[in-house]
Parts: sequence; C-alpha cells; structure tokens
Amino acid sequence: MKAADSIIELRGVSKSFGPVVAVDDVSFEIRRGEFFSLLGPSGCGKTTLLRILGGFEHPTTGDVLIDGQSVVGVPAYQRPTNMVFQSYAIFPHLNVHDNIAYGLRRLKLGKRDMADRVEQALELIKLPGYGDRAAHELSGGQRQRVALARALVRRPKVLLLDEPLGALDKKLREEMQLELRQLQRTIGITFVFVTHDQEEALTLSDRIAVMSHGKTLQIDRAAALYEAPSSRAVAEFIGSMNLFEGRLISSEGGLAKVDAGPFGMLSARAEAPLPALGSIVSVAIRPEKLAISREPRPGLNSIEGSVRTEAYFGDRSHFYVSVPGAERLVAVAHQNAFRSFKESEAVGQPVWLTWSPESAILLTE
Amino acid sequence: MRFRLILPLYALLFLIFLYGPVLLMPVFSFNDNMFTTFPLKAFTFKHYAGLAYNSGMINALHNSLRVGFSVSIASTIVGLLAAIALTRYSLPGRAPITGMIMLPLVVPSVILGVALLVILRQVLDVELTLWTVGVGHLLLCVPFSMLVLVSRLEGFDRSLEEASADLGENQWMTFWRITFPLVLPGIIASLLMSFTISFDEFVLAFFLSGTEPTLPVYLFSQLRFPQRLPSTMALGSLILFVSALVIVISEILRQRGFEAAKPLRTAS
Repeated sequence: MKAADSIIELRGVSKSFGPVVAVDDVSFEIRRGEFFSLLGPSGCGKTTLLRILGGFEHPTTGDVLIDGQSVVGVPAYQRPTNMVFQSYAIFPHLNVHDNIAYGLRRLKLGKRDMADRVEQALELIKLPGYGDRAAHELSGGQRQRVALARALVRRPKVLLLDEPLGALDKKLREEMQLELRQLQRTIGITFVFVTHDQEEALTLSDRIAVMSHGKTLQIDRAAALYEAPSSRAVAEFIGSMNLFEGRLISSEGGLAKVDAGPFGMLSARAEAPLPALGSIVSVAIRPEKLAISREPRPGLNSIEGSVRTEAYFGDRSHFYVSVPGAERLVAVAHQNAFRSFKESEAVGQPVWLTWSPESAILLTE
Repeated sequence: MRFRLILPLYALLFLIFLYGPVLLMPVFSFNDNMFTTFPLKAFTFKHYAGLAYNSGMINALHNSLRVGFSVSIASTIVGLLAAIALTRYSLPGRAPITGMIMLPLVVPSVILGVALLVILRQVLDVELTLWTVGVGHLLLCVPFSMLVLVSRLEGFDRSLEEASADLGENQWMTFWRITFPLVLPGIIASLLMSFTISFDEFVLAFFLSGTEPTLPVYLFSQLRFPQRLPSTMALGSLILFVSALVIVISEILRQRGFEAAKPLRTAS
C-alpha cells in the first residue's frame, strides 16, 4: 500500500487508564474512502481507539496521523473528523435544524450556504421538512439519522461511528445498515465503524480489524477473515468454526496431512507459511462446509458421530453432532432447500460428517 | 385495621403542630387589636398599611434585598464552578473537598457567627457592614447551590459536550452553547434558593450586620416594643408568603429540569 492511499495511520498506539491497558501497541493504516470496521467483544479497546481518532482520548504512547498530519495533542474541535455517538448525543434543547447546523457556525458560511447545507443533509438522511421538529419528537431511527447528518454536514475527512446501530431493533438495524453502506459509497468519505456485531461488520465493511484485549488480531476483507482466519481466536469470533487438533505430519501438493488421533487422518489446505512438521495444529472447518450423511465417502475427510440436537433457522438448520474425542459438539449447517435429512430421523442417529480437504484450513495459535 | 384510623390522625396532628403556629401569624396580622390574643376583634389591613410608612423597616428590607440578590448571584457562580470541577474533572481529593464545602450546613450558625466575628474584627479588622453579612451568607448558600447544580450536571449525557467539541466548539463555547442552557433550570433554582436562605437568615446577620440591620434582625429588634407586634406580624406574614412562593417556583423549575435532562432515548 502506498502512503498516499492512507487517510489514517496508527503507529504503535497504546493507551492505558491507570493499570488497565485499553489499547496495546496498535499499528495499521486506513485507506482513503474505505469503510473500515473495528470489531471485537466489549472491552477489547475498539471504542477507546475510535475516541483516540476523534481526539477524546490521547494515546499514552505512539503516533496518530490523519491525512499525513500527526494529530497527537490536537483537541477534538480542531480535527478533520466527526463522530456519531453511541447515544447519538442529539442536543435536547435544539430542534433538528439547529442540531444539524450546530457545527457549521465555526465554518463561517453565509446564511444561504448554511441553510442549503442543512437542507441537503436532511435530504441525504431522507428526513426533508423535519427541521422544525424538537429533538424529543424523533424516534430512535430518526435520531440516528440526525446524528449522522450533523456529523456529515461539516464534510469531515473521516466519519467515526461508535456502535451507531446498537440501540435500534433488528429490522430497523438491517435497513440502516443498507442505507449506511449506500451513503458511504455516495459521499465517498472514509468511515471508521465500531461494532461488536460480527454480522454487521461483515456486511458493511471493506476491511475489518478484529480486536481482542487491546490488540488487533487480524485486519482483512470480510471474505478473507471468514475463509482464512489467521488464528483460532479470529476463527471463533467470526462465525463458528469446528476445530480438530492433531499433529502435522506431511505436506504435499498443496494438502497438509494431520494425524488427529481419535479423528483419524485429516487433510486440509496447506498455505504458506506452513507450520513446522510435527507441530500441533488444528484442522478448522466451517459448519456449512461439512456434509452430513449415513455413510462415509471415500476420498473425503470423514468423522463418525451422532446427532445430538438440531437448531432450526428456517432457511437452514444447524445439527450439533457429538463426536467421540471432541470436547465440543461439532456444528453442521444444512440448507433446508436441499434437505435430504428428516429431523425426526436425525437426532440420536449415527452419522458421518464429511468434507473435502480443500475447504478445511490449518490454524496454529 | 386500627392503623387505618391512627395513621391519618397522627399525620393530621403532626401537620397542625408543624404549621399551626406559622399560620396563626397571618391570622393575627389581620386582627384589629394591639394584643395577639383570641378572640379576634375585627379584620383590618392597617398593620400592612403601616408598614409602608415605617422607614426603619423599609431600610432593613432594602438591605436584605441587596444582600439577597448579591449572595444568590455569587453563590450560584461559586457553586457552578465547584459543581463543574466535581463532575467534569477527575479531581484528586474529591470527597474531602465536597465535605469541606458542605460543612457550614452542619456547623451551628451561632458558632459560625462567633467565629466569623472574631476573624473579621480581631484578625482582619474589617468594619461590620452588609458586605460581612454577605460573606457569612455566601458560606451558607454555596452548599445548596452546589448540590442543585451537581445533580443537574450529573443528570445529562457527557457525550453532549463531547459532541459539541467534535463539531468544532472549544470548551468555552461548548459551555455557553450546551452546558449553560441545559443547566439553566438548576441555575435559576440555585438563585432562588440562595436568595431565600439569605433573606430569611437571622443568626449570622445578627452577628455580622453592624449598624445596617437586615430584615430579620430588624424584626427581632422590634419585638421589644409590644405595640409594634402586629406590624411585625404583618411583615412576618409577607416574608412567609414571598419565601414560600420563591421555594415553590424553584422546586417547579428543578422538577422541570429533571424532565428535560432525561435521556432522549426513553421518549420514543
């Protein structure tokens, strides 16, 4: 990546609150015009990192560059960033128009310009004519839009969003996700989006940084994070992953062979960098890449088990299969459109789980 | 079952005990008699009318108003600054500082009065004027102002001020555009409350007022003359009425403030 492409650059950023290290030596770049998500469980440091970008917290060590300029020590009111707060922080004593126009006063615009910009912003969030509404007359979703308009109307270089959809109900949240994505494409401003909802991060983002305990575990595109997680922690945080532990014994023609004890010999995609032969590895396979059948299939990885329970999701079902020697139940996703398996017959039955070696990967840590 | 009768009766007796004597004062103030005894003779406004010509009283009222207005403004400013320091910054020694500010509430006013008198006269050698009364009253009013304003400042979302900073306003402008309007009901409540406290206060004013009496001090001095008792009653009734009115208004504003400070999210 060329330096000119990046709008935000973090260099060894750490932040401690007393003895608690919230952000621990984080370095990465965010590209211009990108929809970038910080994903992780609560307390992983993602919000602290966002607040460091916004200027509400200052890093204990390290450097933060926005558009090539170090912003360490620059207060929030002088930064080219704007933020959509988790609580939306709509000013309760101002109406919608005054909320949106709040940040324009500093820009020294003419009266006409100011009115035009507020009008455009209201169009953008699909609330034209709402200028006179009082803050308390707005619904949750409308407040979210006003907060968005208020931040965007200043035309920031980077828009920071702190779990902006967390307070909305599921249906509204899905609508807003779609709108947010379209909005970002239309205006082309870099979005940095904090969420603990992996599905939200996967659907919205160009790239995602998965965080845990103040560190970034992996930064990649959604598909790459899902298909090729770099560690067990990432694999288990994004979607669900079945893991079979064993010893790596050989690697030939792009396939690694693993002696997985009670599970027999398993093979998986061998990707560089390959761990040393003889080391302990996990063969990782996603639930939807497992097939469930009555007999083993030659040429594929096969494990025998028995169905414990079924979780029905409408379009698909998850079978949870107990496999001798495995600590946890193995999850198998089954598309109900192609259902060959009757649930009444499934539970308690001995079954074979099979998968092609190419759909499994090796994980070391 | 018997409690059903006893409890309301107890409540009623308690209220009579509490407010009976106070309510007798207005009753006697309208009675056309020099002596405050039953039976009442005739209804009259003359005690009230007499107040208008009582220059000593007018003078004392004037003093009290001046002290009251100044103290309420000073106390609100000091209380606001203290409340901001306590709620917006991680202040080392927050608890002891709060305790020190609240202390005048529990120190008996007589002791406070004597102590202030000794310091002002013996140590600092200051003349006793309305200024010294004001200083004493400030000590009593700041705890109240601070309490009202702390609860107001704690009541609203911190991210409102952060949002203002995010939208380009520095701390000073954020205070005037966000904090001040949202704290305004608390500020008004603090002004009214401090004014009432100062206006009614007797003990400190008695010690510190020198030759310029405030209204309560003047009132007390009039008790020596039995013939002036009815007009004192009239004056007392007026003070009672105005104080009650001011307190009710400040309480309404405070309540309304709490309504406005509630998080917006619950409104939908």
